[in-house]
Amino acid sequence: MNRNLSERKYVVIAIFVIVAVIFIVRLLILQLFDDSYILSAENNVLRKITIYPNRGRIYDRNGELLVYDEAAYDLLVIPRQVKELDTVEFCRILNIPDSVFKIKMKKAKKYSRYKPSIFLEQISKQEFGYLEEKLYKFPGFYVQTRSLRKYNRPIAAHTLGYIGEVNNKEMKADSYYHQGDYIGKSGIEKFFEKELRGKKGVGVVMVDVHNRQQGSYKNGKYDTLSVPGKDHYLSIDADLQAYAEKLMQNKIGSIVAIDPETGGILAFVTSPTYDPNLLVGRVRGKNFGMLMHDSLKPLLNRAVMGRYSPGSTFKPVQALIGLQESVLRKSTSYVCYGPATTPIRCTHNHESPLQLQHAIEQSCNPYFWNVYKSIINNPKYRSVEEAYNVWRNYVMSFGFGTKFKTDIPFEVSGNVPTAEYFNKIYGKGHWNALTIRSLAIGQGEILVTPLQLANESVIIANKGYYYPPHIVEAIGSPDNIIKEFRVKKETKVKPDKFDVVREAMLEVFEGEHGTARWAKLEGVKICGKTGTVQNPHGKDHSIFVAFAPMENPKIAMSVIVENSGYGSTWAAPIASLMIEQYLNDTITRNRLEKRILDGNLISRY
Amino acid sequence: MQNIDWITVILYLIIVLVGWVSIYAAVYNEEHSSIFDMTQNHGKQLMWIGTSIVLAMVILMIDAKFFSTFSYLFYFLTIMLLIGVLLFGKEIAGSKSWFQIGSFSLQPAELAKFATALALAKYLSGIDKDFSRFKTKIVTAFIIMFPALLILLQHDTGSALVYTSFILVLYREGLSGNLLVLGVIVAILFVITLLINKFIVIGTIAAIFILVYFLNKTIKKRVFLLIGAFILTSMYVLSVDYVFENVLEQHQKKRINVLLGIETDIRGAGYNVHQSKIAIGSGGFSGKGFLKGTQTKFDFVPEQSTDFIFCTIGEEWGFVGSFILIVLFLALLIRLIFLAERQRSKFSRIYGYGVASVLFFHFTINLGMTIGLFPVIGIPLPYISYGGSSLLGFTILLFIFIKQDSERLELL
Repeated sequence: MNRNLSERKYVVIAIFVIVAVIFIVRLLILQLFDDSYILSAENNVLRKITIYPNRGRIYDRNGELLVYDEAAYDLLVIPRQVKELDTVEFCRILNIPDSVFKIKMKKAKKYSRYKPSIFLEQISKQEFGYLEEKLYKFPGFYVQTRSLRKYNRPIAAHTLGYIGEVNNKEMKADSYYHQGDYIGKSGIEKFFEKELRGKKGVGVVMVDVHNRQQGSYKNGKYDTLSVPGKDHYLSIDADLQAYAEKLMQNKIGSIVAIDPETGGILAFVTSPTYDPNLLVGRVRGKNFGMLMHDSLKPLLNRAVMGRYSPGSTFKPVQALIGLQESVLRKSTSYVCYGPATTPIRCTHNHESPLQLQHAIEQSCNPYFWNVYKSIINNPKYRSVEEAYNVWRNYVMSFGFGTKFKTDIPFEVSGNVPTAEYFNKIYGKGHWNALTIRSLAIGQGEILVTPLQLANESVIIANKGYYYPPHIVEAIGSPDNIIKEFRVKKETKVKPDKFDVVREAMLEVFEGEHGTARWAKLEGVKICGKTGTVQNPHGKDHSIFVAFAPMENPKIAMSVIVENSGYGSTWAAPIASLMIEQYLNDTITRNRLEKRILDGNLISRY
Repeated sequence: MQNIDWITVILYLIIVLVGWVSIYAAVYNEEHSSIFDMTQNHGKQLMWIGTSIVLAMVILMIDAKFFSTFSYLFYFLTIMLLIGVLLFGKEIAGSKSWFQIGSFSLQPAELAKFATALALAKYLSGIDKDFSRFKTKIVTAFIIMFPALLILLQHDTGSALVYTSFILVLYREGLSGNLLVLGVIVAILFVITLLINKFIVIGTIAAIFILVYFLNKTIKKRVFLLIGAFILTSMYVLSVDYVFENVLEQHQKKRINVLLGIETDIRGAGYNVHQSKIAIGSGGFSGKGFLKGTQTKFDFVPEQSTDFIFCTIGEEWGFVGSFILIVLFLALLIRLIFLAERQRSKFSRIYGYGVASVLFFHFTINLGMTIGLFPVIGIPLPYISYGGSSLLGFTILLFIFIKQDSERLELL
């Protein structure tokens, strides 16, 4: 019996061995034949986090920093770690009322007790400095840095544009963006978004069971670095831009100043404007609404979206077309009967008959009606329509009626009416020079933007060519210029035709009867042309185009001051001051400057 | 002293050391990176290891007869403690099984195991204790089941189930082997009934009985016995549902359902095992390396230094480490059977089997649980899991036997 029972030890040992073998087989299956557990473990512990690159900085033509990323701080909270705290002190530091504290805390708790959530967004550097010292008193609160767009000077808001969170449409259009990312919404920020944004990086971090970060995975072996956005160098001159905005204060209108040698825009002003810093960070939504509902429409960029009749500033173009078509010579003279002239009366008092140079200098309307008539009725062409099309092609070659399609946002093309348009209105063959006579003096159907008008003065400054106006000169480094913007565009008027027009435009300042003679600048030869544009909405617009110095021009521009009267009253002196500021870097005509700065034209209507 | 079985002692020391290092890895964090940090589980475990070694030496110095003489006294004292803990114990996580003394807590259930083994050995080693006698069966059952029932009352089902392991001891001492087979059949039927429609189960059983009836000529004469057995089995199958629904507690039912794949609940009841399997499975062949386990280090595995300590080994040392651990335990268990069989004293042999059975049960249930073969039953892995009561209890259990073995020539 006993002997038999001792045999049972083998049964017991067999049971032990069987269990051990079952376990080993099970482990083989788990650890060697099934990879899914490795994946599951990684899913548990690995999280991809986005590393945001710094957005490219924006500099002006002199290397002055205009826009950059500034560190801002989000205050995070992990509700579980928050201990008893002095809410009064806490709220005072953050400058929030007690009720907000309670709401934010409740929201954070609702989201998660373990995971960090944003308690307060975008705390400024100054506020953060104060908070940082006291943060040790408030366990459970953490600070996370992020960047905010910062504008060094409150200028060029429309040109620079702003960034904001991506919307669904933008996310759908480009898979690069995810919820919460920022994207350029207007201006340079929008146009050069792809170059400015850089490339996001991915960091692989490990988290624990409560989703708290525990450091990088395998010392960052699987991380991809973020690539910072490229810096952009503008043709804008920050000082000139600032000065131009100052001159335009309390006025509605625009200034566009261009470097004729490159087409680079020196100053790009629409007025009224706003401080670009208003559309950054926590305050953006509120301020955007405020600007939206402002009756003066500060968000509207009049310099590119405003469509005006060029008025008398169009006369140099008319003269150039006449000269090129050989229907006009320097010595051609026409009679003017002043206000009694038909079909277009003259608004100026001058000698009669008069030659081209004086006609420009004194802006004689009847003279240019005669010029226009001789172009349209040119016997060289079989019909009025054919002649009109020739005229229109000339005008279009000056950049009117089209978009430049460079980097200028929200550009509109203006309007140079087609022959088809007149055919439709009057019937084919039923219109002639007389029917469309308003075009002779830049009124009627022709509409131009301040940008196109500035380009007109570039063309006259350059004697017949221009470079497409643009804002950004170079990307990455100042030498890396954008070649597409440096393609020369020729007009249909030959260079030798320009001299008489330029002489006449000089006389606008220098001549005895020049319409802008009292705005002349000693020592600088400025060429210009006034315009006083009738418009159905009230008082005439004051318009001026100018470039200087006459030989080897450095700046060409257009100025429009809405509903302010004669071109010589506001627009001409503003252009003159701009030129003085840009060429001489100082203002000597303080009384003139003061009159402009003090001029409040908004309250007048 | 020279007769001490050093193989067992060394196996014990290796396993304890593996445990200590694993606890260190399981609770490792940079702030407390020293393995001797007393504020951490591994530091405390080191203290318990020291205490255990001292205790082991004390046991080795005491006369071997002391334990057989005072077997019943130990048993009585533990029963008193088990009753005491029901009255004065501290409730931790739903079970009232801890005495809180200062900053330390004591779990009497851990001590009850060796006391029960002693009492059982003492009783069965008496003259004329034969399982053919009804009284022997009753008294044996009482000795085993009384402490188990008290532990069950503490809501510590796991520790109570440990007492079923003594069936191996009884089998060695002459209990019919059919009882083992019966136990296995009962368990298998339980699982099958939960998985499959019970009428299909009964139908299948009926088919088996009919088959047996036609194939086995001797059984034909006992057709009533066969029918009786069939009725009993069918009743059992039918009652499984009732037992499952009414006797087991909610969390126990869930754990069983998850194990059998009836429920998938990787966020609730199945979370522990799911994460445990991920930890072990992601270890691969050679593991992620010491202190590199992400599942345990970042708290995905719960109870990672106590009941689920095997996860750390599986994750950081992979299949190689797990295999070695299983072999170590198997070696210890077989060594214990070998030692038990060479005893001249019946007391020592029965006690030896008791030690092996208890260790085997813990090993099986604990590992089986972490690799998803058994439902989650919270019992520690001997010598590995963190815990003073458990380590001290298992040390006493083992070293009393080592002492008995060292004096086997003097003991009759």
